[in-house]
Amino acid sequence: MDEVMDDLLTDFLTETNESLAEADLALVRLEQEPGDAATLGLIFRLVHTIKGTCGFLGLVRLEKVAHAAENVLGKVRDGALNVTPDLITPVLAALDRIKLIVLGLETTAAEPEGDDSALIAELDAIYEGRTPPPQETVGANTARTRKPEQYTTTELLHPEPEPEPAPLPQVEAAPSDQVAAESSLAGQTIRVGVDVLENLMTLVSELVLTRNQLLQLSRSQENAGFTGPLQRLSHLVSDLQEGVMKTRMQPIGIAWNKLPRIVRDLSHELGKRIDLVMRGAETELDRQVLELIKDPLTHMVRNSGDHGLETPAERRAAGKPENGRITLNAFHEGGHIVVEINDDGRGLPVDKIRAKALSKGLASDAELAAMSDDAIQRFIFHPGFSTAAAVTAVSGRGVGMDVVKTNIEKIGGTIELKSRPGAGTLFTIKIPLTLAIVAALIVESRGERFAIPQISVVELVRARAGSDILAGEAQSESVIERINDTPVLRLRERLLPLVNLDRLLGLQPASSETVATATDTASTIVVAQVGAAQLGLIVDRVFDTEEIVVKPVAPVLRHIGMFSGNTILGDGSVIMILDPNGIARASGVADSSEDRESARLPTISSVAADTERVAMLLFRAGDLGLKAVPLSLVARLEQLPRTRIEFASGQPVTQYRGRLMRLLPMGGEIDPAREEVPVLVFTDHATNGGSERRMGLVVDEIVDVVEDRLHIELAHARDGILGTAVVAGRATDVIDTSVWLTRAEPGWFDQAATTLQDEGRRLLVVEDSDFFRQMLVPVLQSAGYTVTAVPDAARALALREGGRMFDAIISDIEMPDMDGLAFVRAIRADNAWASLPVIALTSKLSERDVEIGRDAGFTDYVGKASREALLASLRQCLSHHTDQTPETLRLVA
Amino acid sequence: MTTQTLAPPAVGDIADLALSEHEDMFVSLTVAEQLCGIPVLAVRDILGPQVITRIPLAPPEVSGSLNLRGRIVTTIDLRRRLTLPPPPAGMRQMSVVAEQSGELYALLVDQVSEVMSLPRSQFERNPPTMKPEWARFSSGIYRLQDRLLAVLDVARLLDLSTAIK
Repeated sequence: MDEVMDDLLTDFLTETNESLAEADLALVRLEQEPGDAATLGLIFRLVHTIKGTCGFLGLVRLEKVAHAAENVLGKVRDGALNVTPDLITPVLAALDRIKLIVLGLETTAAEPEGDDSALIAELDAIYEGRTPPPQETVGANTARTRKPEQYTTTELLHPEPEPEPAPLPQVEAAPSDQVAAESSLAGQTIRVGVDVLENLMTLVSELVLTRNQLLQLSRSQENAGFTGPLQRLSHLVSDLQEGVMKTRMQPIGIAWNKLPRIVRDLSHELGKRIDLVMRGAETELDRQVLELIKDPLTHMVRNSGDHGLETPAERRAAGKPENGRITLNAFHEGGHIVVEINDDGRGLPVDKIRAKALSKGLASDAELAAMSDDAIQRFIFHPGFSTAAAVTAVSGRGVGMDVVKTNIEKIGGTIELKSRPGAGTLFTIKIPLTLAIVAALIVESRGERFAIPQISVVELVRARAGSDILAGEAQSESVIERINDTPVLRLRERLLPLVNLDRLLGLQPASSETVATATDTASTIVVAQVGAAQLGLIVDRVFDTEEIVVKPVAPVLRHIGMFSGNTILGDGSVIMILDPNGIARASGVADSSEDRESARLPTISSVAADTERVAMLLFRAGDLGLKAVPLSLVARLEQLPRTRIEFASGQPVTQYRGRLMRLLPMGGEIDPAREEVPVLVFTDHATNGGSERRMGLVVDEIVDVVEDRLHIELAHARDGILGTAVVAGRATDVIDTSVWLTRAEPGWFDQAATTLQDEGRRLLVVEDSDFFRQMLVPVLQSAGYTVTAVPDAARALALREGGRMFDAIISDIEMPDMDGLAFVRAIRADNAWASLPVIALTSKLSERDVEIGRDAGFTDYVGKASREALLASLRQCLSHHTDQTPETLRLVA
Repeated sequence: MTTQTLAPPAVGDIADLALSEHEDMFVSLTVAEQLCGIPVLAVRDILGPQVITRIPLAPPEVSGSLNLRGRIVTTIDLRRRLTLPPPPAGMRQMSVVAEQSGELYALLVDQVSEVMSLPRSQFERNPPTMKPEWARFSSGIYRLQDRLLAVLDVARLLDLSTAIK
């Protein structure tokens, strides 16, 4: 705290000395040209600034003097007083007094004792329009030329009532160290525009690059006479670089300046007692970085005070001191600066976070149960998550820790947290010292070189390609394994998702042949840290680490997102700098809730694009690859004894619940050696008296039921497969049930269409998830509806503009751009579709959600996983819709 | 893509670059046998064959970037930009460097020949039958004795939002 005050004071003194010198000159000018409004304005501003700042710093004496002078100047500026020597003199005297006090401040860091009442009275008299007290004898010139060093220590401590010029002998008596002190601050710092420094930095960066090029050249030249001088030049350039970097360095305390005040206000507002401890305020970092972390730090301290610390009563009850403590600690560590924000409060409430994560649909019950406390606490970094139960004036303004995290990651930093219930929370932020020059690892892929910022690189792993993971071989060392086309690496008891850099960047045609060569030979994996997640980049070669100067990419390339910049290497070649965050986004490695702990669980990575969580049945059939089908589509799972399989006209069937059921072996045939085969039973809806139809899909093995976000990444040309998705971290083929149902019974859908009462009813499905859309359409078609499906609200509304008509609309709630609520409002707002039943299909089913949906205009709310509920709702809505006029349309529960 | 591309060729741009009252100076170059000219004042540099770093995922017209005395310059393939076939194998292309809103770009051309001073009396607008992919990047034609020279509009060439269609 004191250090910060010292810094503030030093800044203030430097500034004030400058202002005073300027004001002195300006006053003289004003006296000569009394009508110069610009000069007057300048003086007024200078004095005003001094007054304002010393008020802030609690310099009472200084403030009073400045205030009185400001009053007079204000009146002059307003034209109420004329500029006369009689007026200027006391103002100058006030300036001199200010200088005197400032001098005292510089030497003792405290305001010198003294009485300014006479001076203030004189100024006030002028201000109030009374005749100035009898100081006419004081010549303006005398006062003007009088320098502060003319005051003696005695005078300083006990100023005379009137600013009489000191007798000459006293000038000689003035202690010389005091003179030195006066000029010390002014002499040691000069103000330089930031642009000058920036420009210097750019030049030095270029110089470093040129130096590197020269060094590279000299290595290839034998017996070159310039090696010696070049070495010297090299050292000089390094020193110069360091020196210029230093000019941009500022103590982190500057970013903390406002915190004591904020914490003070916070403690008042919240009725908490908070001690703020700041350590390492002198730790320096690049001013650009400093600017960027100011706000995140402030926000985090607020959070600690608001959410972290308890009230005095609570603390007493917990046996802690009443005063809560927030500790800021900054230090250097390996080319980075580490900032810790620690509170000794209640710690992050795991249970509350878990409940909230569940209610917000960020994770399922099962997933949460499997997560470590650390992993759950990390949900506070999740977008849209805020732990404050009530929105207080302090925090809960909508920007949460996710914004803090994003901002820190933007400057190449990381944030981690540790929290113990009852003991407090520790946030650790690690940021680079500077953004201008970074250490980067140079890698090569398909003959092209790229730079990866060193801060993101965790380790390098040499790996050889191995056989398919499903072959089940025990692997003892690092081996790249593949699940279908998705490479993974077993690294110390966990699976690391791998990305082929060449494929990601399109450096070669992504045909399976070339992929095989890429992973079958030995290659190097760069393990990169992206947020809390890790991912491995497969590269062909790794070169050295080089210091590079980051230059922004050209505007025409900014959209690519995979590069954070480009640079010129020592050999003069241009090279792109990879952005690990961009790569993670592009390759679908989510970085939010996953962490190293949860990576040990079956869920090793989730896919970012789709947030819907679906229960999936994982099984194997035919080949070794994993296959999946949404659990909601499967009616039952059976283990069918071999003996119960019969054949009718060459086709396998079984007697199932009193009727014959067609069996379809997914792998082509049923293994005759097996005692039992697993069967997935699909049924048709037994609607309006029609008999239920069934089909059994015979598979080899039922592996698991998992709940995961589902995003089909590769659409497959293969028949019966919707595409490949990463389910529970493994590449999995998602089967297209409609194909299999039709294969078992060619008329499965047609027949349904002709027998059901809702035949030909036209439905519009608006669903952004490719997967759900593809799942819904067959389900609805099988129930006899004619289905039109679109991926977003805009396209749905375009259909309306095009004059298309439907009998009902089914819409997702959470969609990009226009969400379901906005969509339904748009529907209700325009005549064409205004009366149609609109069913919300959502995973959010709380009462509040349903109410909001109703208000927006939805007819009904149905959970996403529930096929039956959807069909029931459709039937109900459509019957109501036929029975009633739009005006009296009742909302169906 | 932008409406700007539909405007008539900007003859005024060239007039601004006039060195004398009646003549304008151009750097003449060839691309796929066609003689073209770029106003000399728009040219920052002329480079021989360079090492060009490919940029993955970049727009097709961007052939990469090169190092011009410590500055990174984005290279635009003029043949691609004008929807011409790629150069014959082994051709060592040259570049003309121009600046657009503070950024340097290098236009990859087959050959840069000379600086020409051309009388304005020989200047004509694009023939209306000119193919749109040329018309949108050409601000007019000079009738030389033995051949025609198309004046390229650098600003439009470098504005990649002016799509080839």
